[in-house]
Amino acid sequence: MRRLSWFNTTALTLGFAFLYLPMIILVIYSFNASKLVTVWAGFSTKWYGELLQNEAFLDAAWVTIRVAVVSSTFATILGTMAAYVLVRSGRFWGRTMFSGMIYAPLVMPEVITGLSLLLLFIGIGLDRGVLTIVLAHTTFSMCYVSVVVSSRLVSFDQSLEEAAQDLGCTPLESFFLVTLPIIAPAVLSGWLLAFTLSLDDLVIASFASGPSSTTLPIKIFSAVRLGVSPEINALSTIMIAIVTIGVVTASIVTKRNAVRQQRDEQMAERAGE
Amino acid sequence: MVQVATPKPVFAPWDDPTLAPLIQFKNVTKRFGDFVAIDDMTIDIYEREFFALLGPSGCGKTTMMRMLAGFERPTEGKIFLGGQDIDAIPPNRRSVNMMFQSYALFPHLSVWDNIAFGLRRQKLPKDAISDRVNEMLRLTRLSKFAHRKPHQISGGQRQRVALARSLARAPKLLLLDEPLGALDKKLRQETQFELMDIQEKTGTTFVIVTHDQEEAMTVASRVAVMDEGVMVQVDTPARIYEAPNSVYVADFIGDVNIIEGRATQTDENVHIVWAEGQPNIVGTATDASFGVGDAVHFAIRPEKVSISAEKPADTPNAFEGKILDIAYLGNISTYYVKMPSGQTIKAQTANTRRLSRRDFTWDDSVWVSFTTTAGVCLKG
Amino acid sequence: MRRFALISVPYIWLLALFLVPFLIVIKISLSDTVISIPPYAPTLTFSEGWGGIVAFFKGLDFETFEFLMSDDLYWKAYLSSLKIASIATFMTLLVGYPIAYGMTRAAPEWRPTLLMLVILPFWTSFLIRVYAWMGILGQEGLVNQALLWLGLIDQPLVILNTPTAVYIGIVYTYLPFMILPIYSALEKLDDSLLEAAEDLGCSKLSAFWLVTWPLSRNGIIAGCFLVFIPTLGEFVIPSLLGGSQTLMIGKVLWEEFFSNRDWPVASAVAVILLLILIIPIVLFQRNEQKQREAEG
Repeated sequence: MRRLSWFNTTALTLGFAFLYLPMIILVIYSFNASKLVTVWAGFSTKWYGELLQNEAFLDAAWVTIRVAVVSSTFATILGTMAAYVLVRSGRFWGRTMFSGMIYAPLVMPEVITGLSLLLLFIGIGLDRGVLTIVLAHTTFSMCYVSVVVSSRLVSFDQSLEEAAQDLGCTPLESFFLVTLPIIAPAVLSGWLLAFTLSLDDLVIASFASGPSSTTLPIKIFSAVRLGVSPEINALSTIMIAIVTIGVVTASIVTKRNAVRQQRDEQMAERAGE
Repeated sequence: MVQVATPKPVFAPWDDPTLAPLIQFKNVTKRFGDFVAIDDMTIDIYEREFFALLGPSGCGKTTMMRMLAGFERPTEGKIFLGGQDIDAIPPNRRSVNMMFQSYALFPHLSVWDNIAFGLRRQKLPKDAISDRVNEMLRLTRLSKFAHRKPHQISGGQRQRVALARSLARAPKLLLLDEPLGALDKKLRQETQFELMDIQEKTGTTFVIVTHDQEEAMTVASRVAVMDEGVMVQVDTPARIYEAPNSVYVADFIGDVNIIEGRATQTDENVHIVWAEGQPNIVGTATDASFGVGDAVHFAIRPEKVSISAEKPADTPNAFEGKILDIAYLGNISTYYVKMPSGQTIKAQTANTRRLSRRDFTWDDSVWVSFTTTAGVCLKG
Repeated sequence: MRRFALISVPYIWLLALFLVPFLIVIKISLSDTVISIPPYAPTLTFSEGWGGIVAFFKGLDFETFEFLMSDDLYWKAYLSSLKIASIATFMTLLVGYPIAYGMTRAAPEWRPTLLMLVILPFWTSFLIRVYAWMGILGQEGLVNQALLWLGLIDQPLVILNTPTAVYIGIVYTYLPFMILPIYSALEKLDDSLLEAAEDLGCSKLSAFWLVTWPLSRNGIIAGCFLVFIPTLGEFVIPSLLGGSQTLMIGKVLWEEFFSNRDWPVASAVAVILLLILIIPIVLFQRNEQKQREAEG
């Protein structure tokens, strides 16, 4: 095994401390009994209790989750279609513009995306609310999904689809019976990415939402503008915990599958013939 | 026990004018943009044949196969399968199956489900599917592995799954795209015989694409040598080797000496002037007719060239030269003999005895010789 | 037919919800501010036939852009955004490179874990990560408490609501974007190259400068663009950490729209921001293209 030099050890320690200390501090202070977020006054979970009493936050959370589920699902369908078009459809009229429209939202400042969508909604007289947020989120996250899925499709062995057709599938059947099950992990991570982006988004949602539909990030933003609050700390802790559990589980499962696959392959080669 | 061998009827449907071919290519041309992959091809392939398409990469052999499977459509011309024009039939409705070079096994399905995949599309009853899959598993000796996933079996087993899957629907025609390309040499040789065995048992027509000439020679009833979208020669393996119709074929299959010269006298033999100060080569005239003064490419296999210290008396084709190089390959040795006029002629001898002293060594003066029927005269 | 349907669904969606809105922004940026609903003129009406359309196009002008040029608030905001984005990108590189380098030097069985630790913050809310610094950098925040306790200062420093806080916020939130491309470039680096360099007479340090650094260049360039491009139009960080002192164009656009309700100016600000962004985006694309070609 290779030993880390003192330089690398220091770089990694300081680096990861920088990445994680702010969040750890946030989590610790969410259990602070004092209203003053900077003075430690003993352990307490009362802010979690208050958070659960706060109807405005709960409503916003509910709106956010609904928007995220619906928009990420639409984004996954549209994004997967777009990826398929980009990777497989060869040349067609307007292909350059199509791929431009896929990649542009990834680098477009959120304020511009938000502004332009809002002007569209006003222009066609669409009342702002949950629907407009869903439309906005679907549009920008489908581009992320299509990038994730198309990078998987590029390495997809096309002869698998041909084999399916050769064995009697129509093109549509071959997509659902062969392609989709194989690229499913990429589609799933596309969905998760879209879901996270939607949960997370403040700027675009602020433009696209109306008075009746406030999402959680909008709520948090307007609360923290006034300063640090222990309730927000508690809320942040919950969100950080969910994400951490999710990411750690996913990476353990991935790693275990990789190890199992490798072991299977080695055994098969050794046992073979 | 001694049996009197009754001569087996030779399998040669292409010589039987009463038989209708299974596959017919009629003036088929395929272009990709400016590139001509298949150039005005006409060919018949018969039922129960094991037909090999042999050629370098880019010669159009894979395109031909993909047109049969339905993944490409001819730009011009027609393809018939059992007398029916198949141009409008999509791949999923053709009674043609293909075994892919990469095997294209579905990684998310078990061996069993892979083999059952095509049968399920035919909406067969469950029992019929199960029987057929088990039959295929037995045929390819895979019964033990039915419930494994493709990544849990070895390369050779994967190859057999791919074969079983493509045979499961009992196609009229099976296409095999470099079926043994991913296997190592030893396994490949075993599998070649297995493949022939299965072809014979099932009676399916096989069309195989390969760039490995040994493989083509071993398995095929007929071999088509292709180059730049054209079939240069279609014939039995023996005739392809012994009676190539062009320098391209002679050179592509096996090792060969090509000696360029000019015909001086043509009777039942062709006499060829090929180098100053050397006697003429006398070769038997084959299919091609030569007139006096025509350019001749005389092709002769190294194993048909003998090497000796003294001039042999029984053949007009004996030439003196010096040994330039010796390649010892274990079973055989190849001598590179340099003629005074500059050409090098390769001669091969079998090393039939172990540890024998080599008769010749570098810079020895030797005679190379061959009979008048040993080589072929080619136009180009 | 099926292919047509497959292409047209995402195509039409993007045309309607990406391209058309953007054209509307350009159109409104060429209109004039009026106090009405909608708060700009002219509006396109088809009821007056061809004459209406002609009148509409005649009504469009560059007046708003001329206004942007003349008012130095906007100039300063663009320049300040460019300055903050450039400095912050450089700082992120300084922080990110040693981390990426250290990760590739770690034992192979540790690397997936380290990689996960870098990616994890990316999945947590951006807003929360910015917010975490508000408590740390404030007047009574942990940084000031620590410095006071150590006796290094006797007055709390003002960090929050200054450009310094914005830099810290950007480096913190965009660090993964810098680490990941550099890490993937360094990971491909064959160890034997360094051994060869040392064998040929390099010291460890000169081997780094002559071999490792140039070979990680593509990762560095990609990382810098990935930080620079989104930072330029950043809104959340300057508005939470920057206070009124920090001028960034994303914040100006937000305020023009929400506070001043000046749609043509907000649109014009957006159009110019995009024009500025086109240069780094094109350079970034070209770098990616080159890398793909180099990898075959």
